[in-house]
Amino acid sequence: MKKFLALILVLAMLMAFGLCGCGTAPADNGGDTAEGGDSAGAPAGDTVYIGVYEPQSGDNGSGGKQEILGMQYANSLTPTVDIGGTTYNVELVYADNESANDKAVSAANKLISAGCSVCLGSYGSGVSMAAADTFEAAGIPIIGVSCTNVLVTDGNEIYYRICFTDPDQGTIDANLVHSMGYNNVYCLAMLGEDYGQGLVNYFVAAAEDLGMTVTQDQFPEGNSDFTSYLTNAKNAGAEVIFAPCSTGYAQLIIQQAAAQGLTVPLVAGDTWDSGVISDACVAANGANEVYCSTFYANGSNPEFEDGIREWINGDSTNLANNGGTDELAATTVLGYDAYYVALEALKAAGSTDPAAVWEALPGVTYDGVTGNIAFNDTGDADRHQAFIKNFDAESGTLVFYDLIEF
Amino acid sequence: MIEFLHTNMAYLLNGISVGGQYALIAIGYTMVYGVLRLINFAHGDVFMVAGLVMIYATTAMPMYISIPLVLVATVVLGFLIERAAYRPLRSAPRMSVMISAIGVSYLLQNCALYFTGGLPQVYPSIPFLSESVTIWGATTKMVTIVTPILTLVLVIILVLLLKYTKIGMAMRAVSKDFEASQLMGIKIDMVISATFVIGCFLAAVGSLLYFTNYSSVIPTSGAMPGLKAFVAAVFGGIGSIPGAVIGAFIIGICENIIKGLGWTTFSDAFSFALLIVILMVKPTGIFGEKATDKV
Repeated sequence: MKKFLALILVLAMLMAFGLCGCGTAPADNGGDTAEGGDSAGAPAGDTVYIGVYEPQSGDNGSGGKQEILGMQYANSLTPTVDIGGTTYNVELVYADNESANDKAVSAANKLISAGCSVCLGSYGSGVSMAAADTFEAAGIPIIGVSCTNVLVTDGNEIYYRICFTDPDQGTIDANLVHSMGYNNVYCLAMLGEDYGQGLVNYFVAAAEDLGMTVTQDQFPEGNSDFTSYLTNAKNAGAEVIFAPCSTGYAQLIIQQAAAQGLTVPLVAGDTWDSGVISDACVAANGANEVYCSTFYANGSNPEFEDGIREWINGDSTNLANNGGTDELAATTVLGYDAYYVALEALKAAGSTDPAAVWEALPGVTYDGVTGNIAFNDTGDADRHQAFIKNFDAESGTLVFYDLIEF
Repeated sequence: MIEFLHTNMAYLLNGISVGGQYALIAIGYTMVYGVLRLINFAHGDVFMVAGLVMIYATTAMPMYISIPLVLVATVVLGFLIERAAYRPLRSAPRMSVMISAIGVSYLLQNCALYFTGGLPQVYPSIPFLSESVTIWGATTKMVTIVTPILTLVLVIILVLLLKYTKIGMAMRAVSKDFEASQLMGIKIDMVISATFVIGCFLAAVGSLLYFTNYSSVIPTSGAMPGLKAFVAAVFGGIGSIPGAVIGAFIIGICENIIKGLGWTTFSDAFSFALLIVILMVKPTGIFGEKATDKV
């Protein structure tokens, strides 16, 4: 009887574990996106639908929301588009992929059944790859905004991308660390996360070529205790920590490194370019130097930046979605450019038919805020520059540190 | 040996601190199980809600009001959950109550998702607890030192309460034999409510300590600590308070030593593998057989 009870307990625990794993059920599929729900059905009349395939909850929820902000701002500036001589209203349709690979397909299906002509997203490479086949089967082209893993576009003809990729980014970060004179690096990424693992792999390859010593660790999803990892870094004699991960984990790493008195510089990829990170640095009194590679440096286009800041400050929901500050994340700017690339594709297609848009996409070029965008054979934008930002204690924000051409 | 301890001081300190936080949650699981034979799956989420209440309270109120408010609000929440979701099912099969508990767990998670919009909320730093201290070469937060001490003090108070007060005696009686104690005139409903109140109070204290250390709260923040505390409770012999506390410390320390040994990937797998092994070797847990220790 006792054994039976124990068995029940184990089963119950496993069940709870399984349930907790996917426990981030959405508040409702539309979230705070009122237009999403009632736009199902084929495009009718003079409205063209652009799908926004982004996480709005889960680990990457805050990053996804920042990326959406850029698209919403662009949509508020340019709400119509001329396609084949007719003026269409552009409507954004939202689907929350919950930062979870297993929710990716249903979110993609939502956009497909809503009759989108082209989709944008996602923040986070894993969910992008997970939904690629679904978009491919439906024949709806999708433009990756800030997903940097190579495999997003490689092998997925339907996927295009407007940012640089991890082999470039990993090498840039390794060179950055090397140029600062450090030779011992501790790498930390989330177990099973395509973005972090991919970036660390390229970083390690480049770092080892440069003759650096690298120690690698992985933390499980949902982890909130980084003190042991930081102690590992300390014991390994690390002079710098490379930790590409989502901003939620980054906050904890910054704060716990400061609390433990581990004041080595922290280096990361594009995810760390966010107001969330600068807030965490402010809270930790800037104990650690923070560097990240990113797509856009604030100050490059003051006119654009003033406009979007004013727009973010003008609406409390937007402000909350940007993490309560008006500091611009590079992903927001990329989201803005992505919207216009989608409009260019629609114009070039001369039709709202997804197949026509797909056909037109390879030839699309657009001179965006983040630079010129033109696609190569794999569907990636030819990017040849990246920005390094670091935390500036005086202004309490991430500021331009270096421009790297490659 | 001393040298080894010195270099690994940070892991140990952290393990003891995490263990203390698990212990405070585990007591809630084990007490409810002792009295009701129910695994309260919502307990981890009550812990998470306590964290969110603290975040929202501190935006409007000073710390010395917020902290008591969090304790009171969590206790009220626990009381209401028992009243609304478990009491009507008192005579239903045990499985129904368990499923009701899973339902409450999801309700709390989804409410949290709705209120926070799915974004991580930054926990306020509590003065004194958030200060850094250095012990024998390992720098950590004050809360790391405070947690095990506070946990032990609270457990001692709880044990005394169970041993010498009327309500404590009633709890022990109910955990021994539900129906017989009812026949002896013990107000079962009152005893069960008191169990939930105590469990939730400790979870609220645990959340203050836990989130001071790991300062962001998301709707699923309660899932992992809750699960680990549940493992600790089963490990120690569910229904036994000393068992839950010792189990929690063992899980917390082992987990951090595993990370220190470089097997970071397996730190969670370890906790659950340990549970399976314990259940195979000693199905009732470390202290499970001593029926007198229940509650």
